[in-house]
Amino acid sequence: MKIDRRSFLSLGVGAGAGIALSPLPWKLTDDLSIWTQMWPWTPVPKDGEIRYVNSVSTLCRCGCGIKVRKVDDRAVKIEGQEGYPGSDGSACALCMSGIQRLYSPTAIRMPLKNTGTKDAPLWQSVTWDAAIREISEKLGKLRKEGKPQALACISGSDKGTVPALFRRFLQAYGSPNFMSMPSYEDAYEMTLKLMHGTDSAVGFDLENADYVISFGSGILEGWGSSVRMFKAKSAWKDKKVKTVQVDTRLSNSAAKADLWLAVKPGSESLLALGMAAVIISEKLYDKKFADQYTFAFDSWKDAEGKEHRGFKEFILENYSLSYVARATGIEESQIVKIAKEFAGASAPIALCGRGQGNTPGSVHEFMAVHALNALAGNINQKGGVWAMPKDDYIQWDEAATDGIAEKGLETPRIDGAGTEKYPLSKSLPHRLAAIINAAEKSPVEVLLVSGANPLYSLPDSRAVKKAFGRIPFIVSFASHMDETSEMADMILPCPSHLERYEDVPTPAGMIRKVTGLARPVVRPQYNRKNAGDSLILIAKALGGSIAGSFPWAAYEECLEKTFGDKWKTLKETGYITEDFSPPYWDAAFATPSKKFAFMSEVCAGAEKKGGTGAAKPEGEENTFPLLLIPFDSMRLACGPVAPTPFMMKTVSDHMLKGKYTVVEIHPETAQKYGLKEGKNAVLSTPKGEAEVKVHLSRRTAPGIVAMPRGLGHSGPDEYISGKGSNFNELIAAVEDPVSGLDAAWGIRAKLVKA
Amino acid sequence: MSALEEKAKESSDNNGGFAILFFIIGLAASLIFGWVVFPKLLYSQKKQPFDFSHALHNGLVDNGCQSCHFFREDGSYAGVPKLAQCVDCHEDVQGETEDEAVFVNEYVKPGREVPWLVYSRQPDCVFFSHAAHVKSGGMDCKTCHGPIGESESLKPYEENRITGYSRDIWGKNIAGFKSHTWDRMKMDDCSECHVKNGVRQNSVQTEKGACFVCHK
Repeated sequence: MKIDRRSFLSLGVGAGAGIALSPLPWKLTDDLSIWTQMWPWTPVPKDGEIRYVNSVSTLCRCGCGIKVRKVDDRAVKIEGQEGYPGSDGSACALCMSGIQRLYSPTAIRMPLKNTGTKDAPLWQSVTWDAAIREISEKLGKLRKEGKPQALACISGSDKGTVPALFRRFLQAYGSPNFMSMPSYEDAYEMTLKLMHGTDSAVGFDLENADYVISFGSGILEGWGSSVRMFKAKSAWKDKKVKTVQVDTRLSNSAAKADLWLAVKPGSESLLALGMAAVIISEKLYDKKFADQYTFAFDSWKDAEGKEHRGFKEFILENYSLSYVARATGIEESQIVKIAKEFAGASAPIALCGRGQGNTPGSVHEFMAVHALNALAGNINQKGGVWAMPKDDYIQWDEAATDGIAEKGLETPRIDGAGTEKYPLSKSLPHRLAAIINAAEKSPVEVLLVSGANPLYSLPDSRAVKKAFGRIPFIVSFASHMDETSEMADMILPCPSHLERYEDVPTPAGMIRKVTGLARPVVRPQYNRKNAGDSLILIAKALGGSIAGSFPWAAYEECLEKTFGDKWKTLKETGYITEDFSPPYWDAAFATPSKKFAFMSEVCAGAEKKGGTGAAKPEGEENTFPLLLIPFDSMRLACGPVAPTPFMMKTVSDHMLKGKYTVVEIHPETAQKYGLKEGKNAVLSTPKGEAEVKVHLSRRTAPGIVAMPRGLGHSGPDEYISGKGSNFNELIAAVEDPVSGLDAAWGIRAKLVKA
Repeated sequence: MSALEEKAKESSDNNGGFAILFFIIGLAASLIFGWVVFPKLLYSQKKQPFDFSHALHNGLVDNGCQSCHFFREDGSYAGVPKLAQCVDCHEDVQGETEDEAVFVNEYVKPGREVPWLVYSRQPDCVFFSHAAHVKSGGMDCKTCHGPIGESESLKPYEENRITGYSRDIWGKNIAGFKSHTWDRMKMDDCSECHVKNGVRQNSVQTEKGACFVCHK
């Protein structure tokens, strides 16, 4: 017997038969199929208990009521909260995608100290004790040197307890330099101050209006309380309420309106005054209101017998139909038709504040638009514009001040607000950069920044960057890295919006008071403290009257004591509301005459005959033949919080293509300057330049370059960094002569082939 | 017969026996490999973080399995108990077992959830509702999970090296034979019961039947 090839073949056949008779092939096939269907590297969300927590999102300016779906302690989805005033069951794109903010890798996890330079920061983690000690030592030294006014603060808002704590801190410390980021609400506030004589917030009874004319307000672009605006717009359509959009560009609001009035840029207020002239000349105004409850509607004589021209005469003399039609580009017949329709409606409403309302705008423009509401007699009426009392739930005792603080508080504000030049304004942060850059030594030595990203959001952001580079010590109170935090010397991290308590004051334009409570939805992930808590710690470390002004052990205690009896309800229901009935005209106004004032003496020097009321854009026409205007979109956030990765995915190719912002120009403009669809071009203004892509569109008039706002962040992650250009780097602020607020609606520009 | 033919015949006679022998050797070796060695290679043995006696706990609670493995208010099934349920009794070390000390010192005190290895964990592509089976169908836990409630210690967790799932899904018997309903938890076992009981229910979510009841 010999072992040969056949033996081995037999062995193989036997082995094959054995394997076939064993479970091995069948089991392996089954396992491999399971393996390939469930790749082990595919993440599988953990299972757990599903719960819903109601809160209010602080990411957007309007505060969307949200319902967060949780699996165990992990937030997995955000939806709108049914019944929340304003947003009622819906939420904006930013708040809906807030989970990405909560779990973002760019979240700041512990206090960070910049050990490098402002241009090339090197972040070193430090303990809370060390961070608070260093900040309080710097602040203590500044006070010892008798310069408490060299401390400044930029806050995202001037409403709510956290901004109030910062204002209080500055007051106790001895600095008048508390600034809040600007918005159209500032211009409306000033308008109401001048025309109503009251210190009020503006309210719009949108739901009951039966004719709506918007002078550039982005009803579908995020103006006001964005979700409420979308709901109102749907309701108007259902109720067949006519909507008119006055806009230079065919915005979404214009496209969805019943009528788009494509005015020449910057002539919105002229159109309003032209409409006013028609209403007056045709005697269509509310006579009862004009005769009994307004001051100086007709010409009048003062006690010395001096003749003063009334609003009626001023308008009729200066804003003839032909002039307005020529200046606005709207046909005379159209102006007459709209004016008659507006005056003939029972509850017409005229809105103002361009785009999302991030730039305040000219007070004259706001007054012109508000005058239309007054002529229609729709002030404090159903379906009209209301002067709302401001939130008053913060009733703290006055902050204690010592001698140093009192001296510091007597110094004029660095930004010029409230000074002789701009007596009406409360805060003008857009002026800060130029003042710091012009000074030999920065007048601001320590800057606190909370809830704001001024380095991105303020106009002429390159100048702002230069100015911030000159401020010796910047403390940023932020939850995530942003442009401003990158320039800071110390970052005191705040919990994200789903990890902390914070009051959410009445959103813009509401006609009842609504105070929401943002609450911790998940346990805090990192070693962070609420900005209020950080400030309390700094105040206590400084001691003396500053510590005495902060009697609370922690921010939560401060909140609880601020709301007193209402705290329990607020915590349980998530919001408290208070209905408001506006007073009738006889008790509504607090001007010297106790009547509505169409014109104010404050404006007398500023308004010229036939004036547009709009700011003149910066730049020479010879060098910069085009006009650059911004446009906003619901898909991009322009406030302190950058758009989330989900939002960036929704941005159209006509706004962002690759790393380039896409600008819109009319085909005629393209032909004139040899530009082609989809090609690169260099867009330059007196403030800077950017490489962009060109999109030819008839949405924009010839001679105009329309650029989306909200792109071009320099950090912090791959989803927003390097995506397009920041409009604020190209625009310059134009000071409104009455208020000092930024009234820029555009800037002169040049677009050449790249 | 020529010499050549003789040689060929001799060779054929000898190798025929050899071929059978080698066939049997091959057959036996592969059968041993397939039935004995392969299961040992396929599964790795893992120990639970510490031992646990279901029998002991079952004797202390009033409501059987559901005392710890309960349904939440929304009807979803809580599964393996979380630390929060255990700490009421196990705040401090009870008794003298080493496992109790591990539980209290390594998990209860630092507030760390116990990373239990779940014998019945199904792939993520399968939707399974305990409420539908236990509450609506009236099934008892034992039908699928066996007499685990009477066990005094936790058996080693055998993890399939390819799929990552427990051996209890395919069943202890590598051939897939079962003598109890709880011996296996494969799809065929589900469908066997569904066919037997004439289940014709559609998915609540998708309103579709057949595959879509479990694979949504």
